[in-house]
Formats: sequence, structure tokens, C-alpha cells
Amino acid sequence: MASYAARQRKSTTVMGLCLLATVIGVVWLFLILFSLLWNGIPGLTFAVFTEMTPPPGEKGGGLLNAIYGSLIMTFMGVGIGAPIGILAGTYLAEYGRHSKLTPVIRFINDILLSAPSIIIGLFVYGAVVVPMRSFSAVAGSIALAVIVVPVVVRTTEDMLLLVPNTLREAASALGLPRSHMIRKVAYRAARAGLITGVLLAVARVGGETAPLLFTVLSNQFWSADLLRPMANLPVTINNFINNPDANWKQLAWTGALLITAAVLTLNITARFLGASKDGQ
Amino acid sequence: MIRSGDIRRSDFTREGGFPVSAITESGSSTSRTLVSDRARVLKTMAFGDKVFALLTLSAAYLVLLVLAGIIISLIIGAWPAITTFGLDFLTTTRWAPQLEPEPILGALAPIYGTLVSSFIAMLIAVPFGLGIAIFLTELCPHSIRKPIRLAIELLAGIPSIIYGMWGFFVLGPFLANYVEPGIVAVFADIPVLNSVFGGEMLSNLSLFNASLILAIMILPFITAIAVDVFSTVPPVLKEAAYGIGCTTWEVVSNVVLPFTRVGVVGGVMLALGRALGETMAVTFIIGNSFKISSSIFAPGTTISAAIASEFAESEGVHQSGLILLGLLLFVLTFFVLAAARLMLMRLEKRAGA
Repeated sequence: MASYAARQRKSTTVMGLCLLATVIGVVWLFLILFSLLWNGIPGLTFAVFTEMTPPPGEKGGGLLNAIYGSLIMTFMGVGIGAPIGILAGTYLAEYGRHSKLTPVIRFINDILLSAPSIIIGLFVYGAVVVPMRSFSAVAGSIALAVIVVPVVVRTTEDMLLLVPNTLREAASALGLPRSHMIRKVAYRAARAGLITGVLLAVARVGGETAPLLFTVLSNQFWSADLLRPMANLPVTINNFINNPDANWKQLAWTGALLITAAVLTLNITARFLGASKDGQ
Repeated sequence: MIRSGDIRRSDFTREGGFPVSAITESGSSTSRTLVSDRARVLKTMAFGDKVFALLTLSAAYLVLLVLAGIIISLIIGAWPAITTFGLDFLTTTRWAPQLEPEPILGALAPIYGTLVSSFIAMLIAVPFGLGIAIFLTELCPHSIRKPIRLAIELLAGIPSIIYGMWGFFVLGPFLANYVEPGIVAVFADIPVLNSVFGGEMLSNLSLFNASLILAIMILPFITAIAVDVFSTVPPVLKEAAYGIGCTTWEVVSNVVLPFTRVGVVGGVMLALGRALGETMAVTFIIGNSFKISSSIFAPGTTISAAIASEFAESEGVHQSGLILLGLLLFVLTFFVLAAARLMLMRLEKRAGA
């Protein structure tokens, strides 16, 4: 057997490599954030929030219609997906705790959670865009909702399972019907966790591009019609970035900075909420 | 004399278990309204209860329906391509959607690109991810553990299109100008390896660049799951190993890793599932060329990149072929993710026991 000193050396070397891996991982995050700030901030003017996307070759312009479209579609996607997710999560954690259906649904949900988002785009294209004969903001919202549901189901179930059973028993002993017990007691006890789940879902879909590429397309102009293609930040970035037009490229970087800032802020807020819940 | 028992019994049966009128046996009008009010409230509550239970159940079924919907709509969309190309689709390299009179579509190049890019990404990300997890669980001082974990997890929060842009403008040029010429030079005289790492014309867009971006993207998933499963190791096991004089690395390699093997493999497969289906980051940087090249520094394509870059402008059998690609990708990731979940479930069961 190797001497103790040799074993220690080996251990120190491997642990040094682990430290190095961590440093590289963290540095990588800052590299990405740095290049976003470096390229995005010069274009961050007031006009970005007040003007429409410019036609190619023209100077100026902003991202107002894209920002508006992204907000609308994220809001609608979460508005459709989150209630369904919370209800399904409630079934898994409350009503179906001993049902044979529950493990099956949980398993399928976990797979949908990691399913490639472009597949969801294809699904919505086939299920919504083709029958409606038009790319539309509604189709994009449905695609986002399909991504939201598994995220919310998962967090809802996890959070409800953390609620102590004694609370449920106390509520039932007072004669509260089961649905009231769930809504007035279990939901309230798990509120921070449920909000965390929804926020994480918003963060997840806020930057999604692949499922929007062929469900809403994009739109050069202002459009509030939900049944027509609508401008949105991710697809606008995707269309602008590969263009030689310097103005477009600048707008794409600024849009990327906005999306990343929003998504990371949501992520941190959600984690902060979740953590303060753990501390109680 | 009134036998009170009879009254109570009849009230029980009639009013659902609340013997209110039994107390005021005379049966005044106020008590009767009380009874009927209570019955009505209970009835609406029971109705609301049923509706809510039914709502949750149907939402749960909806999850199953979504999966069924995905499979059915992909099969319907892919059917024209399946009947046109059959099994040739899987063995043809040529991708010529504009060919007259009949387009030729073969999935071999995107399938190859998907598998190879994910494989290289795993080769890079697994050691890094596990290394970070080991650092976080075994070495890291308590005070900086949370910020580091947050930083790594934020990597997972960055939208994939941002990775794509960053790879396209920053990482790709850097690799092609400073890193890859060196690697090519090192392997230039070694047979076989000089074609794997070969490249006369190094481009910003290549299979390897896409793999590296993928590796960065899946790193947080591996780390997060590894940290979780490492923390399931009972402290007594580690303390016992330290107690007989093991070094930190010996504890990790002889106690922690064997104990958590199933979970780690599950986490790695989960990350693989992500890598296989990742779209935007890869589309930007892989070059979208339907060729199988021996060099990893040459442009290629993946299933998801092919769909993302061609679908919006496609029609007819070309579109159907792209949907068939999507179906193949879904089947592939489904099995990888299912295997991953089964492994992680096995670990949970053991941790719960």
C-alpha cells in the first residue's frame, strides 16, 4: 500500500482538480454575463422600450412590440398552465396519494419536464397551428403552457407533501370538507412553495425560443391580435442576430440582456422565497 | 310521553346527521329553517367538494393526455414521410428536400450529429459536474457553499438562445483561433486521431464547439443532482471511513461514489436527455450542414437544429420528414429520460426505507 504521504498527495491533487472545476464553472457564468453586459448596455436606450422593431437598414427603433408580445405570451402561457399544474399536483399529493394512477402520472410528468422543447413546438404546430390555419400568439401561449404544466405539477406536489398531516387531520376534525381543507389549510401552509414553483415556471418559459419558432413566428409590426403572428423577444433575437445589419445586431444583444436579466432575477427571487420557507 | 330516541333517529336519517330539531322537540319554525339551511349548506359544500376533486383528477389526466397528444400528432405529421421513405430514412445520409422530381431525405447525418455532440458534451460535463459536486459536499466552507451553488444553478437558468449567441460570437471564434489549431497540430502525425481532430479549414461553427456549449448547459443539472444524491450518504459511513484514516479522496471514491452510483448514473442520463434535445444553443453554432465528417472540428447538424432551422420554411414531404426527425428524437429522449427516472426512483425508495 502506498505511503500515507503519497495517499495524501493523491487526495490533495484530486481535490485541487475539484476546486478548479468549481472555479471554471463559476467563471463561466461571469464570462457569459460579462459579454452580455458589454455588448448589450451600449444599446440600452430609452427608445428600446418605446419604439417598434425597425425595418432592415434603418437606424434607431426599439423592441417595444417584441417586449409586449413576450409579456403577453408568457402571461397567457403561465395563466393557462399554472392552474392546471396546481390542480394536477393537488391530485397527486392529496386525493391520489394511494391511487395506482399517481406513480404513472408522476413518471410521465417527470419525462415531460425534461422533454425537448422543440418537440412541444412540433406538437402545438400539429395540434393548433394546422387546424387554425395560421401561426398565432394563442398557439405560442399554448406551447408555453405545455412547458409550464410539468414544472408546476412537480413543485406543487413536492410542496404539498411537505405540509404536515396533523394540519390536515386538525382541519378535518373540525368538520371541514376535504376541498376546503386543501384550499384553506394545505395551500396556505405551502403558499411560498407554490409561488416559487410558478415563478420558476415563468423563468423557464420567459426565454424559450424553440417552441415559438413555428407557432407564433414573429412580427415586424405592432400586433395585439392574439390570432395572428406576434412579435416576441426570443424569436426577434434569433432573427436579428444573424443579420449583417449592425443596428439589428445591437438590438438583439440588448434584447438578450433584457431577457437574461429578467429570467435570472426571477430565478433568484424564487430561490429566495423558497429558502425563507425552509428557514421557518 | 314522547320517545326522544325516535325523533332523533328520524332526524339523523333525514337531515344528514345533525340532530338539531331533536333539541327543540316542539318543532318551532325557526329551528326548521335552521335545519334546512344547514342541509343546504352541507349539500353545496359536498357538491363543491366533488367538483374540486373532479377538477384535480381531470388536470392529472390532462398530463397523460399531453403525452398521448404529442405522440399521436407526431405520428400523424410524420406519416407521409414514413410511407415515402420507410426504413431508408434511417440509413440515408443525403438530405435534399429541393430535389426534383422527388426529394431525398435521410436522417443519418442529424442522428449522427445528435449522438456525437451529446457524447462529447457528456465526456466534458460529467467529470466537471461531479468535481463541483464533490467540492461542494466535501471541501467547501459552509459560508460560500450557497453562493457557489446559486451561481452554478443560475447557469441552468440562462435561456438557451443566450448560450447560442454567446457561442456564436465569443466562444466559437476563440476556439477556432486559439484552441483548435493547437489541438490539430498535436494530433497531426498520429493516424486515426489526425482525422478525428483534423481540420484544414477551421470554422467558428463546428460539432465540437456545439458540444462544448452543450457541456456548459448540462453541467448544472449534473451538479445539482450529484449534490442531492451525495447528501443521502449517511454521515456515519463517511465518519467511519475517516476514522480508519482514509483521505478525503478515498472517502469519496470508496464510500460516497459506490453508495450513490445509481443516483449519479440517473442524474447523468437526465443530463443526457437534455443534451440530446437541446435546440437553440446548438442551432447557432453547429453549422447546419447535413454531412458526416470524420473530424469533430467540422460543421454538422443535429435533429433539433435541423428542425429549428428548416421547419418554418418547409412544406409537404419535407415538413413531414422534419416531423419524423422530431418523432425519432422524442422516442430517443423518452427512453433515456425514462431510464434516468427509474434509476433515481430506485434511489429514492432506498433513501425512504
